[in-house]
Amino acid sequence: MSQGTSLAVIPAYNEAATVATVIRGVAEHAPDFDVLVVDDGSTDCTAEIARDAGARVLTLPFNVGIGGAMQAGFRFALENDYDYMVQIDGDGQHDPSEVWKLQQALNGSVDIACGSRFLTSDFQYPAPISRRTGIHIFAFLVSRITGQKVSDPTSGFRLYNRRGIGLFARDYPHDYPEVEAILMLHWHRLKMVEVPVRMLERGGGVSSIRGSGKSALYMVKVLLAIFVGLFRRRPVVEPGDHAPVAATSGI
Amino acid sequence: MELKVQIVSIAASLGVLAMVFEAVRRRNLLERYALLWLTSGFVLLGLAVWQGALKTLASAMGVKYAPNALFVVAFGFILVLLFHFSLVVSRLADQSRVLAQRVALLEERLREVEGRKSDEHVLS
Repeated sequence: MSQGTSLAVIPAYNEAATVATVIRGVAEHAPDFDVLVVDDGSTDCTAEIARDAGARVLTLPFNVGIGGAMQAGFRFALENDYDYMVQIDGDGQHDPSEVWKLQQALNGSVDIACGSRFLTSDFQYPAPISRRTGIHIFAFLVSRITGQKVSDPTSGFRLYNRRGIGLFARDYPHDYPEVEAILMLHWHRLKMVEVPVRMLERGGGVSSIRGSGKSALYMVKVLLAIFVGLFRRRPVVEPGDHAPVAATSGI
Repeated sequence: MELKVQIVSIAASLGVLAMVFEAVRRRNLLERYALLWLTSGFVLLGLAVWQGALKTLASAMGVKYAPNALFVVAFGFILVLLFHFSLVVSRLADQSRVLAQRVALLEERLREVEGRKSDEHVLS
């Protein structure tokens, strides 16, 4: 990754227990990143703690969900003219000391680097079987549609360049955005690579996807979005874009 | 069940499904709000196609004429959809109230800051 201004966006919803650790981690391990916490209508003191830890904070007046919160971060990066933006979850499952791995992966032809927890040889992901199955189903579908091996489509540990920031500031999926975002990158012909990273246990707080009913709903919603997305008109290639591929493979 | 009723109910449920699909594809309808419509469409389509299930359901409900059971189910879904919309509208009303308050507070704060700035200009 070449020189430029960089921003770390930390979406946080009631993450008072962990957000300060994440901010300090970024300051220590990725000191060239400015830190922005997007407080998604937290009811605890997440915003105050983040400010005290030295981050800038966007406080959304009510909870809009991870997609809307992240898009606020993309907008901030776009309006403040950042060259790179990394997303690091506020719950401490992404390790700021691994941001450099993403930075290394981002070069001229790569627009987005995405941390994958399944690429290390000794990965351990202690999640319920239903959740892992869900991730693998999405991984299979996304790999089939994009024609590129994607092992961890639900990972939110991602580094974007200006093209990625510009795209997602305009349009970012709503409820559970990660999987659809990868497909958007594909349709807009932005290049993503996966980087092996370790994901830590959640340090505190609760996941946005909890309970089996909610994860089932999440699965169905994202599957519907993927399916309908296949029938959408493809975006027109703009000047300066990557060369269009005549036949993008369907499912 | 009469063939005519069956054809009409199959066509109607297919119509609902097609309409919802097209609205989502054009991005006029969020996936979140399409799910309930799609569920209703698929259940009604299933009952319209699979007569055995409809007959079982009708006799369980004590409905003599099986197609009426289909209308009861459709009515149930419409009630659920309407209630769902009432919940959504209430949430939206609540959120726009919060937004309006936020904007008013920000405007006031901005005016305060601008006033202070022009005072400094006069003093300096």
